[in-house]
Amino acid sequence: MSDKQLRSKLGGLEGFAFDQIPWTAPKPLHESRVAIVTTAGLRVEDDADWNAGDQGFTEIPRDADDLTLAHYSPNFDRVGWVLDKNVVFPIDRLHELAEEGIIGSVAETHISFMGAQPDHTLETIRLDSGPAAAKLLTDAEVDLVLLTPV
Amino acid sequence: MGTLASVLEHAGFATVALSSIRGQIETTSPPRALHCEFPLGRPLGKPNDADFQREVLIAAFSLLEEPDGPVLVDYPISIEDDADAPLSCPIPPSDTSDRNPTAAEALGLLPAWRRTQETYGRSTVGKVVTAEQVPDMLDLFTRITDGESWEDIGFPGDPTKIAADIKNFYEEAAISLSNLPPSARSAESWFVTETLGGQTIQTARIKMKEAGVKFYFWYYLLPMTQHHEVDTK
Repeated sequence: MSDKQLRSKLGGLEGFAFDQIPWTAPKPLHESRVAIVTTAGLRVEDDADWNAGDQGFTEIPRDADDLTLAHYSPNFDRVGWVLDKNVVFPIDRLHELAEEGIIGSVAETHISFMGAQPDHTLETIRLDSGPAAAKLLTDAEVDLVLLTPV
Repeated sequence: MGTLASVLEHAGFATVALSSIRGQIETTSPPRALHCEFPLGRPLGKPNDADFQREVLIAAFSLLEEPDGPVLVDYPISIEDDADAPLSCPIPPSDTSDRNPTAAEALGLLPAWRRTQETYGRSTVGKVVTAEQVPDMLDLFTRITDGESWEDIGFPGDPTKIAADIKNFYEEAAISLSNLPPSARSAESWFVTETLGGQTIQTARIKMKEAGVKFYFWYYLLPMTQHHEVDTK
């Protein structure tokens, strides 16, 4: 089975959408502080492994060099991550874009959740861990969030 | 991920999401999404290709110019995985004098796995066991293939996580054994179809399914892409 067939199976799963899609007017890109929020199930060295159904998050310092991809699901390629973490968590690319002046700066704080959640309502993320992560990003004076899956 | 994007947008951030499964992003409808038909697990497309990754990010950030949303745009370049094309990868000859052949195979791969660590400095082995423990874990899975119940074997943790450690160990060894960096899922297919270790996990998975074991414990022993038709009976 290829990713194409896998996508057709997983693409039909239930998901949660808000009745009204929120919209925040962005600051100019070259003035924006950018954070990555990934659903790849990353962890830093001393964090616990991820388990199916975990709707919490982990904080990733900008200079973390001991990241592990620890998502519970086996249904995606891990080799790309081992070869180059930027294929999932493009922190080096953001630094380059900041040096070029295309984005304003790279945030001190980044965040990982874990996707492929069995509870498609994502109640904990919507009501608890999502707002808690937003608070961290606010404290880090983030303007723009880049979300990456796996 | 689309729902999470909306939570963060609602909290006052502008968000841009890279999408990997179009059906899910349509269902969850984040404010701005760039759908990239890249291998699952490689959302920026190409490892060690900074220019390619940069272009994806530039395209994603260009969505911020849209006056209203939701916005869902398809990236014009697609990349296929190689699940149907196992990596061409030599397996070092192993010493089977005092180990079962599957465990001996894994022992023989340890030097290659260590070379990958020295080169890349990253591993996805270690959810439950270390690379050095992989041969012992294959002994345990071999007992399932011989007919023992998985619950009687005494796994040191969640068997799906141990199976992930085994698969990831083989894939990471393959990085150093192949001539080119493995394309997406080619090392996975090599593991399942060409190695004793992969065949052991596949057989154990099917035996556990047929024995009526709880769905989670047999289903997540291998990626869905490697659930071959033999277990659909």
